[in-house]
Amino acid sequence: MRLPPAFLAGAAGLTLLLTACTTDAPEGADGAGGENGAATTPDAEWFDQAEFDAQLAQREITPEGPDAEPWAQAIEPEWIDTAEFAIDDPENARVCFSNASVSNPWRVTGSITMRQQAEALIEEGRIGGFSSSDAADDDNQQISDIQAFVDSGDCDAIIISPSTTATLTPAVETACESGVPVIVFDRGVNSDCMVTFIHPIGGYAYGADAAEFLVENLEPGSTVLALRILPGVDVLEHRWAAAQQVFGDSDLELLGFEFTEGDGAQIKDLVSQHLQRGEVDGIWMDAGDGAVAGLEAFEDAGRPYPVIAGEDELSFMRKWDEEGLTAIAPVYSNFQWRTPMLAAGMILAGEEVPAEWVLPQEPIRQDELDDYLERNSEMPSLHYAKFGGEDLPGFPEAWVDR
Amino acid sequence: MTRPTRLSPGALSSALRGGTGTVAVLLTLIFLVIAVQNPSFFEGPPLMAFAKKAAPLVVLALGQYLVIVSGEFDLSVGSLVGAQVVIAARLIDGDEASTLPVIGLMLLFGLVVGLVNGLITTVLRVPSIITTLGTMLILFGAVRYWTGGAPTGALSEGFRVFGRHGLDGVPVIGQLPWALVIAAVLTVGAVLLMRSPYGRSLMATGDNDTAAAFSGVRVRRVRTLAFVGSSLAATVAAILIGGFAGVTAQVGQGLEFTAITAVVLGGVVLGGGRGSVIAAVLGALTVEALFTLFNQLYLPSTIQPAAQGLIIIAAVAYASRRGDRRPPRHARRRPVHPNDRPLDPSRR
Repeated sequence: MRLPPAFLAGAAGLTLLLTACTTDAPEGADGAGGENGAATTPDAEWFDQAEFDAQLAQREITPEGPDAEPWAQAIEPEWIDTAEFAIDDPENARVCFSNASVSNPWRVTGSITMRQQAEALIEEGRIGGFSSSDAADDDNQQISDIQAFVDSGDCDAIIISPSTTATLTPAVETACESGVPVIVFDRGVNSDCMVTFIHPIGGYAYGADAAEFLVENLEPGSTVLALRILPGVDVLEHRWAAAQQVFGDSDLELLGFEFTEGDGAQIKDLVSQHLQRGEVDGIWMDAGDGAVAGLEAFEDAGRPYPVIAGEDELSFMRKWDEEGLTAIAPVYSNFQWRTPMLAAGMILAGEEVPAEWVLPQEPIRQDELDDYLERNSEMPSLHYAKFGGEDLPGFPEAWVDR
Repeated sequence: MTRPTRLSPGALSSALRGGTGTVAVLLTLIFLVIAVQNPSFFEGPPLMAFAKKAAPLVVLALGQYLVIVSGEFDLSVGSLVGAQVVIAARLIDGDEASTLPVIGLMLLFGLVVGLVNGLITTVLRVPSIITTLGTMLILFGAVRYWTGGAPTGALSEGFRVFGRHGLDGVPVIGQLPWALVIAAVLTVGAVLLMRSPYGRSLMATGDNDTAAAFSGVRVRRVRTLAFVGSSLAATVAAILIGGFAGVTAQVGQGLEFTAITAVVLGGVVLGGGRGSVIAAVLGALTVEALFTLFNQLYLPSTIQPAAQGLIIIAAVAYASRRGDRRPPRHARRRPVHPNDRPLDPSRR
């Protein structure tokens, strides 16, 4: 029997489509949006009630440490002894840093802060040198970067900001086995071999800060649009899961969420489309990139500004100030980039550090807006207000001329 | 619902032939579904908002059309858009007075990038997919290096007028976006260009460059100019996109493939020599309309690329099957252009 080629091609395509529909539907399908992305039950894969409760509670705890130096503070630290790592000649010690990437402005701001902190420690003679490698968001690259640090034998301490959790775990363990102290920060790994794991409170607290602000500042029944960068990244998924939890308990109407890749043009287009179809009273964002483009969609449509949760990114904060918005800047403490460097200095001197170093993470609210704008008045757009490097050498040029 | 026909006056005569017909039908279908979902979409302002958003892609597609019809690719346009926006933000840095000089500089930069692409491809005989892949990476890397990963500076309001604002107070539509005007002017320009001796040479080059060369076409020059056209179009697109949404670190990413998709969806044949400007423009509008439709259907964002891919393959497969039924017509038509050339008195 001869079948026309087009029939075969069509049948093959149809088979592909049908098998895609019938087999192995991803478990997260409902959580990934349901019918219209307005689901207010967090996806089980990304939601851990105990951790959620713990993070929300941590927001209320006064951290230990100097008030003026939040990067040196820790929430409920469990101090551990590091005498075994103390070395006699820290002024010759080299600290190596394997960076996941500098692929977004938040990481760029942070990596500058870390570099300047290293310079400060070198001046003080607490460390001797600083090397860093950039894996450009590539797991394999970062694994070989870490391996290269271990093989070189030049590193007296290794700082790692992992690009992904599971894949980087063995590489971090390899680094631990080499005997030098290992410090992990920002994203975690599934291991506790490192001396300390440094991070701000976390994604749940971030998402909840933003969502609670909208709940408090909008009338019941108001509509909220969520703008997310991309799916599948734990820190971002946690923010969204927390927001779903908070919105689920509120009387706000969640219009749905959109993935924007942080691209201003997409954000503006998506918000414009939602405005064509009805009212948008509030905007929740999982990261502030492109918040200004979202606000411009309201301007261009001739609508009043929404209540908005952005981030401590400066173009948003300046817009907030100029237009007198009702807004909040949740913060994923950018000053956390200083802490690993400080920790390296402490460990090499044999001083105690927290086993899990939880940094404070306080959103910037209206009453602090002027203060933070003042402090960062010289800084460019896409700089993060809570970068915490004002007292470091090279301020402000290092951050201004990036 | 007069929109699709108004958009494609020239396409109607040839609408039943090959890709142009398919893309016109597809665009009409998508607009129909959008209209059913959201009847207010065709009430002026929302339609103009759509036009404002679609204009940069239309401009990019025009540039990509020139290159593809000459038998080459230009993968560098996405990076070029990104680079241009970042350069503009850094150099203007909020200063109104430097708006026009910087736009001039951007056009110059676009011209240089196009020349480099074109000359490397034609003189050094590096396949254009490699040349422009290289340019794409070079621009991407250079911008990352220059800015340290995060663009700084700000665009001036004057710069943003083109992509963001328009002529206010127009009856019915409310505001006529400058972006739409620019895209329309460039479209008309491209149609005229393709009817000019240059356009015919370009088409002939893409169809069969040996034959074109024998009939007196300066293949290298014609192709190099196509690359210059594409880079200049990318520069204009950068002005529109930067104007539309301001500076973000991600601006321009992936636009090269969106532009190629638009052109191919319009039935412009990869490898060159066939396809119309109008079809490329319709392709760009179709891609943008698809994005809008997906959004209105609340299709989960995660599945949108897959749905987009399916529709593109189906549309191109359908168009090429329809094309297959009349190979003699195309086969007869194609050699005509190169043979026309020596008869052109202006070149003698």
